[in-house]
Amino acid sequence: MRITVIVNGASHTREVEPRLLLIHFLRDDLGLTGSHWGCDTSNCGACVVWLDETPVKSCTVLAAMADGHRVRTVEDLERGGVLDPVQQGFTECHGLQCGFCTPGMMMTARALLDRNPNPTAAQVREALSGQICRCTGYENIVRSVLWASARQAEADPARPGGPALDGRGPA
Amino acid sequence: MNAAGAAPGAYGPHARKEDARFIRGAGTFVDDVALTGMLHGAVLRSPLAHARITGLDISAAAAHPKVEAVITGQMLAEQGLAWMPTLSGDVQAVLATDKVRFQGQEVAFVVAQDRYSARDALELITVDYEPLPPLIDAKRALLDGAPLIRDDQPGRTTNHIFDWEAGDLQATDAAFAGADVVVARDLVYPRSHPAPLETCGVVADSDRITGKLTVWATSQAPHVHRTLYATFLGLPEHKIRVISPDIGGGFGSKVPLYPGYLCAIVASMRTARPVKWVEDRSENLMATAFARDYHMHGEIAATRDGRILGLRASVLADHGAFNATAQPSRFPAGFFSVFTGSYDVPAAHCQVRAVYTNKAPGGVAYACSFRVTEAVYLVERLVDALAIELGADPVRLRMRNLLRPEQFPYRSPTGWEYDSGDYPRTLAVALQTAGYDDLRREQAERRGRGELMGIGVSCFTDAVGAGPRAHMDILGLGMADGAELRVHPTGKAVLAVSCQTQGQGHETTFAQIVAAELGLSADDVEVVHGDTDRTPFGLGTYGSRSTPVSGAAAVVAARRVRERARIVAGAMLEVSPQDLAWTGGRWQVRGDPGRSVGIPAIAMAAHSALDLPDGIEGHLDDKAVYNPPNLTFPNGAYICVVDVDPGTGVVTVRRFIAVDDCGVRINPMIVAGQVHRGLADGLGIALMQEISFDADGNCLSGSFMDYLLPTAVECPSFELAETVTPCPHHPIGAKGIGESATVGSPAAVVNAVIDALRPLGVTHIDMPMTPANVWLAIEAARARDGRE
Repeated sequence: MRITVIVNGASHTREVEPRLLLIHFLRDDLGLTGSHWGCDTSNCGACVVWLDETPVKSCTVLAAMADGHRVRTVEDLERGGVLDPVQQGFTECHGLQCGFCTPGMMMTARALLDRNPNPTAAQVREALSGQICRCTGYENIVRSVLWASARQAEADPARPGGPALDGRGPA
Repeated sequence: MNAAGAAPGAYGPHARKEDARFIRGAGTFVDDVALTGMLHGAVLRSPLAHARITGLDISAAAAHPKVEAVITGQMLAEQGLAWMPTLSGDVQAVLATDKVRFQGQEVAFVVAQDRYSARDALELITVDYEPLPPLIDAKRALLDGAPLIRDDQPGRTTNHIFDWEAGDLQATDAAFAGADVVVARDLVYPRSHPAPLETCGVVADSDRITGKLTVWATSQAPHVHRTLYATFLGLPEHKIRVISPDIGGGFGSKVPLYPGYLCAIVASMRTARPVKWVEDRSENLMATAFARDYHMHGEIAATRDGRILGLRASVLADHGAFNATAQPSRFPAGFFSVFTGSYDVPAAHCQVRAVYTNKAPGGVAYACSFRVTEAVYLVERLVDALAIELGADPVRLRMRNLLRPEQFPYRSPTGWEYDSGDYPRTLAVALQTAGYDDLRREQAERRGRGELMGIGVSCFTDAVGAGPRAHMDILGLGMADGAELRVHPTGKAVLAVSCQTQGQGHETTFAQIVAAELGLSADDVEVVHGDTDRTPFGLGTYGSRSTPVSGAAAVVAARRVRERARIVAGAMLEVSPQDLAWTGGRWQVRGDPGRSVGIPAIAMAAHSALDLPDGIEGHLDDKAVYNPPNLTFPNGAYICVVDVDPGTGVVTVRRFIAVDDCGVRINPMIVAGQVHRGLADGLGIALMQEISFDADGNCLSGSFMDYLLPTAVECPSFELAETVTPCPHHPIGAKGIGESATVGSPAAVVNAVIDALRPLGVTHIDMPMTPANVWLAIEAARARDGRE
């Protein structure tokens, strides 16, 4: 079947098998290998991308379900050479080690901060509870997200609470 | 804390060089490798734990339009490749030829044009199995009539693998005979799985024209893998290049060779095209790299006033269907005999008996230096059991028996020489950080209200950095590591090391090590690793050995560069090299701070037309091979605080305090991250992680829905502190930290839960302490109370 998906602002039309998973469409068909496959069962969250404005586990979403929708991946977090505060936070706070879970973590964290720019540590933990990290014990991931929250509040007190309507997220 | 000669400011928190690519999703993991014409492999696995293969029909799969090759055990046997060597000197079936011996065992390998077609074709293969009785319970392995698993080995009549012992049996028996108190516990360390988030995988590319085989693999030990491939395949080593690109966590699970790697290699040779194989999560959990599975009986002997007199242990080790455990050859039970832990125990003896069962092979060191985790768990549970028996506070009992600083270097009763430590101070720091006395007061109040709050303590001594070549090798490869250091004319440096990072941050830490020795910025030192064509030989990253061994090699190489630089500096400054002192990261004329040169200027001179002194032909490059004189012994004291819900059995870890002594810390930020990881591991292993089986050998833990791992919600915010006793035999005093917390923390969690349940009379629950297991123990205790 033929699908058209707007990925990170660019339109891609491809002939795919109906059973093709979104994670494989992104990785194998489009070469966007930043999103990772980790478990097949929606438990680990290494594959989290945004479908429109909602984080989804792309290992259990069919590519066909993204037809006509917008997908945002980790490759789109950095804009115009400027890192997203979440990306900065993960570096500043040693929020990653092997880096395998990191893209999914950051996409979920970005979605959290768009929804709730000032989360508590407990709210960050709850938001990340569908993401598994085997390296950090989550300690520094939580700190990273809180760092990003503080940084964006400091940088832009009037920061919008959600992504812009073009699907490219907050500028 | 700084080491002699280290440039000021080189050690300390330093943002990781690795992060720039990972936060952009720009890492290169094995599954990210895509080569022109690449094919995809998939493994057909056995649905049965024990069965004879009576028929195998691949014709329909081979006829699939997108299938390029189907490989069977028989085909491999014709090339002499059906059985591969394990890390323990046993053999393991690459693809089964005669029988299947565990559920998930590799039976056939399909290579197709895409991932999905390869999976489709698996469904087209027909295998006829004649079921055989499975042996699942290790305790039945040696009974008369037990099914014989390894009938591939001529003359074998039992499932026995080895008996191994350490310590002085007579002295230990005498100590027990003279003791006031003896306490025993049967303790199961359940089968666990490291479950790195990236599963195992490979891309094999055999170049038909050059004969060169390039293997991108999830390998923690690329040089060992290359040598194994060379001997197994009959290829010269220079025609094999093993690349470990970015690795999504290893934790020991990526040390062994797996059949899928070899199948992909053989398939690439057959098809003359690159072949990728990446296992899925079920395959990962069912077929690769289990850990632990030790069934332990431990006894502790003491005086009535709490002086420990002796320890003994008898262990039944379940090694699965092939003996593929990872540890130095002469240590079939790893370093389990370090089981006297952090205590001054006069006499000790342990024996380990290993058997085959119809379960996946493995026995990897899951963030554990070769069975030290099992050893620490045993002694820490026994000390707590002794405390209960004596009615003593577990902390005071520990303080009474901890090794004292003046006892180091300490020779343990099983022959280990501990390097350094201040155990009482480390425990004291933990008590202070936790507010131990306040916690006990709070516990008493809560108990008064019927609440179940527990405080668990664990002291541990790890044994890492394997190891001295005279004693330690993997399949005959001595455990020494090389390092090569190039210094470019402008003073920028490239360090090539054999160990391989799977998240430990070597690209940063090792740059800091070299920077400290040469007075450079860590940003000016690039670390090359994970590629056998670009790095010197060494044994790899596991057993917390990177900093103790490869890190030391890097220091030695850097100091050789520094000494050569001294001679060149002498020529530059027109003084004798003996008149120069290494000060502030520069060679300086003694007594004349105004005359000094740094490595960049010296490097330029060493590459220039300057007339160099005799013996110096030019350039500063140097290299080293480091053969460690001893292991290093990181240690620590951990305190875990839990609340147990008496109605549901749910354990909530409220606080976790960890005080680690890993010697000199090069990058404290990275050290803390390593400790965080291990604490989460301990919580997971103690409370939820178990690879379990039913009586037929069906693996019940084949997905993350069944094999539970801790998330951010189960983990508390960890509280860390440190003590530092430099390792006296390591060139910068470092000891290694990668596994300490996994080694030390499970016992603290279990001790805390048992402490919580003390008012009910519960004295032991095996891991994992799931809500169901805890609830059952509570109910059983209440039923007992009701009867009494």
